[in-house]
Amino acid sequence: MVLQGQVALVTGAAQGIGSAVALVLGRQGATVIGTDINEAAAQRISSALSEAGIPGRGLVMDVRDPEQIEAAITRIEKEYGVVSILVNNAGITRDNLAMRMKDEEWDAVIETNLKSVFRMSRAVMKGMMKARSGRIINITSVVGHAGNPGQVNYCASKAGVSGMSRSLARELGSRNVTVNCVAPGFIDTSMTKVLEEKQKAALVAGIPLGRLGQPEDIAAAVGFLASPAAAYITGATIHVNGGMHME
Amino acid sequence: MENIEQRVRKIVAEQLGVNEADIKNESSFVDDLGADSLDTVELVMALEEEFECEIPDDEAEKITNVQQAIDYVVNHKK
Repeated sequence: MVLQGQVALVTGAAQGIGSAVALVLGRQGATVIGTDINEAAAQRISSALSEAGIPGRGLVMDVRDPEQIEAAITRIEKEYGVVSILVNNAGITRDNLAMRMKDEEWDAVIETNLKSVFRMSRAVMKGMMKARSGRIINITSVVGHAGNPGQVNYCASKAGVSGMSRSLARELGSRNVTVNCVAPGFIDTSMTKVLEEKQKAALVAGIPLGRLGQPEDIAAAVGFLASPAAAYITGATIHVNGGMHME
Repeated sequence: MENIEQRVRKIVAEQLGVNEADIKNESSFVDDLGADSLDTVELVMALEEEFECEIPDDEAEKITNVQQAIDYVVNHKK
């Protein structure tokens, strides 16, 4: 139970990668607050945590809304203590070819995937700096490194988070707060379920390990970065993609 | 109850990890007490907490030495 006494906040925790991350951090001993955009999703998080015997709860929070962020952080600090692990996982896609992409599609993805990560990080960093300890872990994407047609907005948002993480790692290093990214490849979640079988087969052909990843594959990397074993890692990205992209 | 000057000096000593005896009222946080930019932000946060006030960014920028911090608190204390 290496995370005993820690308070972990995971955004977008109702399904997919976020849900797996919440469970892994909880099994390592952390109190877990999972947030998602509506009440039904927050309740799913609460039940998943209590079924697993993990202290914490689901909370409604729209990462695009600064007031909701502030309210959530205040409430968490009051009920559970200062957030010591933040996992920025909430994200959306609005795919379109660049030629056809609307400003709204661009803005929605940048607001949810990039700006929210800044806002969330800013909201928790005061407590982490004071505690002289903290972990910020951002879920980026292989396509933020490799690029992907039809996803200029999504790729820009993820590459943006990656650059932000490195800057933040430099700003907060002297206070023993680490900032890292986990960059998933193609993971079997609702985000990739929209792909057609033919597209999926073509994708898998380009993955040396020959399969899509599971949310648990990503959660394991997050669990490691949150643990004391990763104390000397900051500004780094762990690629978890079955070898489809290598740097 | 300690007076404001003593409380400010105590916070400065704690935040910047310096000996209270080495702090003069005219000591500059950066030039004399070795603070970096992050230290000065944290110091302002600590002052806000201790004196239950909010120091706006443009005011915070003008607080560069111990006396200025004391003056700000004296003038803005509820």
